[in-house]
Formats: sequence, C-alpha cells, structure tokens
Amino acid sequence: MESVKELLVILISSSLISNVVLSQFLGLCPFLGVSKKTNTAAGMGTAVIFVITLASAVAGLIYKFVLQPLHAEYLKTIVFILVIAALVQFVEMFLRKAMPALYEALGVYLPLITTNCAVLGVAITNVQKEYGILAGIVNGFATAVGFTIAIVILAGIREKLEYNDIPGPFRGMPTVLLTAGLMAIAFCGFSGLL
Amino acid sequence: MNKVGERLYNGIVKENPTFVLMLGMCPTLAVTTSAMNGLGMGLTTMVVLALSNLIISLLRKIIPNRVRIPAFIVIIASFVTAVQLLLEAYIPALNKSLGVYIPLIVVNCIILGRAESYAYSNSPIPSLFDGLGMGLGFTVALTCIGAVRELLGAGELFGLGLLPESFEPVRIFGQAPGAFFVLAALVALQNYVKGIRKKAGKSYEKIGSGCGEDCAHCSDTSCGKRFYDTNAQTGGQEALGKEGK
Repeated sequence: MESVKELLVILISSSLISNVVLSQFLGLCPFLGVSKKTNTAAGMGTAVIFVITLASAVAGLIYKFVLQPLHAEYLKTIVFILVIAALVQFVEMFLRKAMPALYEALGVYLPLITTNCAVLGVAITNVQKEYGILAGIVNGFATAVGFTIAIVILAGIREKLEYNDIPGPFRGMPTVLLTAGLMAIAFCGFSGLL
Repeated sequence: MNKVGERLYNGIVKENPTFVLMLGMCPTLAVTTSAMNGLGMGLTTMVVLALSNLIISLLRKIIPNRVRIPAFIVIIASFVTAVQLLLEAYIPALNKSLGVYIPLIVVNCIILGRAESYAYSNSPIPSLFDGLGMGLGFTVALTCIGAVRELLGAGELFGLGLLPESFEPVRIFGQAPGAFFVLAALVALQNYVKGIRKKAGKSYEKIGSGCGEDCAHCSDTSCGKRFYDTNAQTGGQEALGKEGK
C-alpha cells in the first residue's frame, strides 16, 4: 500500500509539474475549444475531474482483476478504450435518471469527453508507471485537476483578450496557442517544486 | 491506377491532415521534439491508418451501420496493439521515446475520420492508398515541424550538427512551450495564405474533414473529427448553449 507521502507527491507532480495539457499535450481539443468563457471552462473541468477519476478507478480494477489474472495485459489498449466509451455513456444515462441537477450542470460536456485523449492517456500511464489502484485514482484526480486549472486560467485570459486589437492572421487560434505557450513557460516554474 | 495517384496526392498535398485539415494535434505537438521522433510517429500512424482503412473497407458490407464506430475503434485498437508490440520488439528506442503516444494513436481523430468518411464507403484498394496518402501527409508534416523545432532548439537536424558553433540554441523550442509557439506560427501562416487566396477569389468552403462540411465553419463541437473552430466569436459556446437548452 502506498504511503500518504507518495500519494501527495503524485498529486502535486500530476496536477502542476507535468500538467496534462501544458506539458503532455493530452486533451488539447477541449482545452482550445471550450475555453472561451470561464464558467463553461469550469463546467468542462468539473466534468473531466468526474470522468477521469471514475475511469482510472474502473480501468485500474479491470486491469488488476481481469487482465492480469488472464495474462492478457497486451489487450489493455482495446479494453480501456471500450470501457471508457461505455463508461461515459453509462454515466450520462445514470446522471440523467438519478441526479438531474448534476446532469444539468455537467451533461452537455459529457459527450465531448469521449473523444478526450486525456482519459485514455491517464489509464495507460497508470499501468505503465505500475501504480496501484489507489495511486491510480489519485493520479487520475490530480491530472484532471491540472486540466481544470489550465483551462480556467486560459479562459480567463481569453475573456480579456477578446477586446484587443490583434494583427489579422493572428486572430483566433494563433493567439490562443501563443497564450498557451506562455502559460506552459509559467508552469515550467513548478518543476523545482519537488 | 489513376485513382491511386489521386488519393496519394489528396492526402499529402490537397487535404494534408496537419497543414490543411488541422487534425490530430495532440501527437503533432507532443512528439515533434526532433525530426526523428516526428518521422517515427508519422510512419507508425501511417501503418495503422493504411491497414485499418483496408480492413474496414473489406468489412464495410458486414459491419452494421449502427455499431460502426465501436467496430472501427476495435479494429484500430487491434492494429495499434500489434504495431506497439512490433516496435517494442524491433525498435525499442523509438518505442521508449514515443511512450504513451503510441497507444494513444487509437484516439487520433485522423484515423477514425478517414474510416468514417472514406473507407466505410469505398472499395479496398483506394481505401488502402487513401490511408497511405493521409499517413504520408501526416509524416511529412510531423517531420517538418520536428525539423524546425530540432534546428531551433538544439541546432541539429536528425542528430547532425548543421548550424555553426556561434548559433546559440533556443532551448525552449525543444520543450513544451516551443510546440505551442511553432503551431501558433503555423496557423497564422495558414490564415495569411487563406486571406491572400480569398482576395484572389478562391473559395475555401470545400475543405472539410470528409463529412461534407467545412471544419473551420462547423459549429458541431462534439464532432470527433474536428480540431477547433476558427470563428472565435461564435461556434463552440453557442453550440453548447443550444444543447443545454
């Protein structure tokens, strides 16, 4: 069993130091696509935290109790992608029935998450780094928190940028990418943290 | 024979997945720290793309329409697993430097996009060459971006020192922020060229991801084949708002 210290190290390194979007480039599509307003960005972030934490728990359990006993570890890519796709569908149906209030808040973002490569990325990273189930869940949660921090900050900057006079070809996506690059430099500063 | 050549030209030049369609941006940014990595990733993706296109095209009459997406994903994931095992066995160095991005080829939207838009409705041989063409286009793009980043970030090309000693490498281009800057410059260049073309009276409305729509002006944010909306004012947020209501 992992000690609390190890879990804390995973928490800090996955959320800040090797930030999922700014240093690993996973989940770029929602990062660039849903970051125009801070409240939608925060909604997307919450949905991502929910799904990634759940997905890393389910993927970890399946890997440990199904794939490893059957010596079928090489099937992990296929199994994980199907499990994640099914899980997102299931979560959407469950929330709509059982928790309409939460569904109202997160529902629109859920279909967007199926195509988010960060979910599969976290599940595979957990296996590659040989994390236990608890460490895997913590890693998933921390990664998603890192995503939320990055997308909310970017949305805040984009709200301000909207009124600036930018040279023609740089309007729209290039400016957002430059902003993301500057944020990535800022996040490099966290690398001395551990 | 003519069709084969047309498919290859279409993939490499006319609808280049990176430079024109702007698809599959996660691996494009992540693995292009050097020209060699870009080339390796491009070729790996090309093999998966060509083979999955071929198999999907062969099976297109058997796969029922309603379960086609899960079926595509299983076929693609099988090829990715096979390719990953081969890389582990024969080119372990490349496998190590590409790391988690090899299994993530499964969620590369170029592959699912071509399966959906071309292979599922065309015969096997053109589909195979469509995959090869798109894969080569992706490889060329990744190698170019990797070469620019390696040249600026380390002063080397494919590991060979090319620039004079006096050149001080801009290390940041080899790291994460450099990827964003290079892509920003690339998109700005694309916008600039489009602006010139538009003034000359050429239309860009036809360029799309294969669904018949133009990605740049499409507001369907849940489409797995799209990368972004260039229309900064409308698009994503509005589509989300509509769905919410």
